[in-house]
Amino acid sequence: MFENFDFAVISANLGRFFLEGMGFTLRLTFFAGLAGFLLGTSLTLVRMASVPFVSRAIAVYINFIRSMPLVLLIFWFNFLLPGIWQEIIGSPYPITFNPLVLAFWTFTLFEAAYFAEIMRAGILSIPQGQAAAGRALGLTGLQVSLFVVLPQAFKNVLPVLLTQLIALFQDTTLVYIIGLKDFFRVIHIAAVRDGRQVELFIFAAVVYCIISYCSSLAVKKLQKPQQELWA
Amino acid sequence: MFEWLGGVLDAWLNIFLQPSPWGTVYLGLLFQGLAITFFVALVTWAIAFVLGSLIGIARTLPYKPLRFVTTAYVEIFRSVPLLVQLFLWFFVVPELLPQAWGTWIKNLESGSMLTAIIGLGCFTSVRIAEQVRAAILSISLGMKNASTALGMTRAQTYRYILLPMGYRIMLPPLTSEFLNNLKNTSTIFTIGVMDLMGRTSEMMEFTFKAYEPLFFATFCYLIINLLVVCAARFLEGMAAIPGFNAAR
Repeated sequence: MFENFDFAVISANLGRFFLEGMGFTLRLTFFAGLAGFLLGTSLTLVRMASVPFVSRAIAVYINFIRSMPLVLLIFWFNFLLPGIWQEIIGSPYPITFNPLVLAFWTFTLFEAAYFAEIMRAGILSIPQGQAAAGRALGLTGLQVSLFVVLPQAFKNVLPVLLTQLIALFQDTTLVYIIGLKDFFRVIHIAAVRDGRQVELFIFAAVVYCIISYCSSLAVKKLQKPQQELWA
Repeated sequence: MFEWLGGVLDAWLNIFLQPSPWGTVYLGLLFQGLAITFFVALVTWAIAFVLGSLIGIARTLPYKPLRFVTTAYVEIFRSVPLLVQLFLWFFVVPELLPQAWGTWIKNLESGSMLTAIIGLGCFTSVRIAEQVRAAILSISLGMKNASTALGMTRAQTYRYILLPMGYRIMLPPLTSEFLNNLKNTSTIFTIGVMDLMGRTSEMMEFTFKAYEPLFFATFCYLIINLLVVCAARFLEGMAAIPGFNAAR
């Protein structure tokens, strides 16, 4: 099975795969994850503050994004964002986006909906007495949210947040459909050029597998060990 | 107001009613794609449900080798992105099989559909396996001990106690897995299956219109989501056992 395996095609391109491809993937994962988390948390705070109309709109946004396939949203943002940005800065021409910036906004707006739901679950898991105690001490509503409820909620849902980050890392492969050069796309290009799909696709799978698996092992350390059923 | 709206609608309808290069109007193609999306979503769900249940149950049993194999299966399929998995099934697996099999698969007319169904089925099965395992482990040990005290064998405990309770606990997460599976079918157009997403991107290429096909696809996915959520609510009500709060 491996007699025709050409490892040279992997080692010859390693620099480009990791510097160009993995660099893009990791930067996208990190920045979109961070921005998505911040935006999602803000959305949840506003949503749970029951601001008339605004909270409703946020709920609709979150549910809408969560019911759409990521592929469809990537197409949408790919066409919408340049047009919207053109309107905002009043340029007479459509703007060409830096691929990383375009992907960053797409994934941020997408992941924010998921992070928002995770944070909401976290906030709901904090007993109401905590917030009441904060108010009794004279903290304002915002202070209660930021210094009493959010830190505890964050700690409770940290494993889920990190799992979502790993999912985001895997989902970044979908930028393939609009031709951005992430890790998989760079490998795909080399594979098609050299006719070495077998080696290179297996290589891509192994790299993704190692990174995701090691990260999820680290996340598991944060979780409670599971009980045995048949002790 | 209504005349303006009518004009817009007319322009929209005209785009969808244009004949495509394949002869059929675009609307027809989109509905064909929608049918493929439904078909793939249901078939992969059936595969994933059976496979996932077996693996999930195996992961709760006290047999070391069985556990090792199923855990490895789950970790591998969970750690590789769906797109990469689809490309592996489509481009790599036929090359690694004995040559006659590989050629047979490559020459199949619906080879891409077959690989998409296998790939997506395996991908979703892992997620279901995790749900099954978590649900079984979340049932209190007391129930399992009670069934043992009543003289039930291990198989009977699963059949009459753990699984009936487990699947009820699982219903809400299973619904979202079903929807995830449905949303994941939108990636199979990358290996050439003309599902709703494939037809949408095809229409965007041929007509140079982006918004109309995207609106259509968005509308379809939204409606399907609403229908599934309503059906799941109904199912949860049907399956609830009085006295037990299955959602917990």
